[in-house]
Amino acid sequence: MRKRTRPAILHSTTLVLLIALSMGWLGLGADVRAQSTTEIPESSAVAPAIAVAPPTEVRVQDAPNDHGHALTVRWKLSTDDGQGQNNILAYRILRTPKLVGPLPMDSAKSGTDLQVFSSPETIYEEAVWRLIPDQWDTLGQVPLGTSKYENRGGKQRDAKDFLPDATPFQYKVIATTAAGGMGISEASAPAQSSGQIVHTSKLQFIGIPVVIFTALVLGFISAAKRGRELYIRPLAGIGAVDEAIGRATEMNRPILYVLGLGAPDDIATIASYTILSRVAKKVAEHRTELLVPCYDAVVMSIAQETVRQAYLDAGRPDEYKEDMVYYVTQEQFAYVAAVNGTMLRRQTATNFYLGVFYAESLILAETGSLAGSIQISGTDRVTQIPFFIVACDYTLIGEELYAASAYLGREPKLLGTLKAQDWAKGMFIAFMIFGLVGAALQWNWVVSLFRMSF
Amino acid sequence: MKRQLPLIIIFVCGIFMVFQYFIPHENSEFIYEFAALDWPPIIGVFALTLGIISLVRVSATKISKRDEDWQYSIVTLLGLAAMIIAGLPWFGGQTSPAVKWQFDFIMRPIIATIFSLLSFFIASAAYRAFRARSVLASILLISAVIVMIRFMPLGPFTDIVSRTADWVLNVPNLAAKRAIIIGVGLGIISTALKVVLGVERSYLGRD
Repeated sequence: MRKRTRPAILHSTTLVLLIALSMGWLGLGADVRAQSTTEIPESSAVAPAIAVAPPTEVRVQDAPNDHGHALTVRWKLSTDDGQGQNNILAYRILRTPKLVGPLPMDSAKSGTDLQVFSSPETIYEEAVWRLIPDQWDTLGQVPLGTSKYENRGGKQRDAKDFLPDATPFQYKVIATTAAGGMGISEASAPAQSSGQIVHTSKLQFIGIPVVIFTALVLGFISAAKRGRELYIRPLAGIGAVDEAIGRATEMNRPILYVLGLGAPDDIATIASYTILSRVAKKVAEHRTELLVPCYDAVVMSIAQETVRQAYLDAGRPDEYKEDMVYYVTQEQFAYVAAVNGTMLRRQTATNFYLGVFYAESLILAETGSLAGSIQISGTDRVTQIPFFIVACDYTLIGEELYAASAYLGREPKLLGTLKAQDWAKGMFIAFMIFGLVGAALQWNWVVSLFRMSF
Repeated sequence: MKRQLPLIIIFVCGIFMVFQYFIPHENSEFIYEFAALDWPPIIGVFALTLGIISLVRVSATKISKRDEDWQYSIVTLLGLAAMIIAGLPWFGGQTSPAVKWQFDFIMRPIIATIFSLLSFFIASAAYRAFRARSVLASILLISAVIVMIRFMPLGPFTDIVSRTADWVLNVPNLAAKRAIIIGVGLGIISTALKVVLGVERSYLGRD
């Protein structure tokens, strides 16, 4: 005698589901996110199934803080999950209406049983998606003990996993067992996805600190403008710049300035431009030769303008030559070979390595060291700092690279930003101690303050 | 106006990028993708032309002036020409056998050679760094030795060496790295603010 506790859900297509689930156990349906169609009938009595308690309270809501095209499904676990019969293996998530597409625009049609979806937005390539009611897409499955599924679709209209915004979807969750048992939840209430205007989590954890930091920066700049004396601890590497340029002048040898392998929009590269500007001005005043081999053509263009302007400011525009700043190659080790060759052939008196560096840092710095050059380096890449420290005379560690321009310029406005950085670091330390104490004393409200979700 | 216009452009673009970061909406992403992701490659293509012109000019000048080791510049120009010619559509384009041959049998061995120099440089740099000239240098030496021998079978000492090395890496080393990373983060924000607000404008030539 068959045990039939849920006759409403037993149907011929239930057999299909069972086979599909079995394939899942056997690893035949490896991609659990792959979509397949499942029809869930109202009633039938063809295939047997072992009854298990279904998940309940299936709720769907728009995923927060995103560009849309995502819905979050939550449910209450089956009472057989970890307790009761304790035989739940996974939860399978289904969605209706079924999405068919992308179809070409000219296949768009309307009718009583079909809905045609096309977005009024025209920013992306358009495609037609057909919404078929009362048919279910199987989205994927999650292991036992999981009560949440993120249905994150693509935003491109021609993407296979496209999930339209402003379109109501319903979800069901099926609890499944290894023996083929299943318990199907009630359908959720319809929900639709949409993009948010403000990322609240980012605003809370990044936006507010940035606003505070900006206020500090502006406050200290204002104080500096009013003539307040700001003490900035001396940096040996910066202090050595004048000495290094003077040495090159005395030895009548060129100065090599390497901007690193960073892209033109890397902040370390931008910081390096500002230092290059100040170094180039001093070099122009001393009438020393400057060599700036570049790894990136855009960086070269910007560096050329920077050096040209520095020579103009120094009152020696005629001393500037276009070939001072030149392009080498965008191949990492070919660039290294070229720069090393320049160091050894030209016997550069001073080498600056300021910017973004990778594995080439030690090769460059060691070659310069062997060539007897005085070397000043600085990078924000933590992994490369030790190499520079051992091979260079002076190294700007991390943030010191960003501070160098302010040190060289000694302008009150720039020094104000350094002071703001120090205050911000103090605030960070205070927050860290606060969090540490809160975590040690198991104050969950303190711990939750530091929990980020993005 | 010559300096004000770039500053205005930088300010507007910088402020847009700041706000864009906090706006996840699809339209915001689209503008970001258009403004920040599509433009750089276009500019890069033009800049690459300037780069190649620069390379050719510098090399040609060296050859014409017979600068020191000017012969290398001939090799540079020949290499540039050979790769460009081999990649022309009439010779099979970028995937032509000639391009592949040059990559496989010239570029790769040279690059591997340069990269392999690193092992020797690491040895020489380590020798210099690990000389126990002071208390701090001695601590560095001891820490380095512990970390280097952590995977060696050392009989009864294996476990303690391994644990000590893990402690060195996960406590003092990680603490220092995190401190640098926090400083770098603040420095990045600070530099970006200075540039966006026009406080730092030395790269535009005004001190």
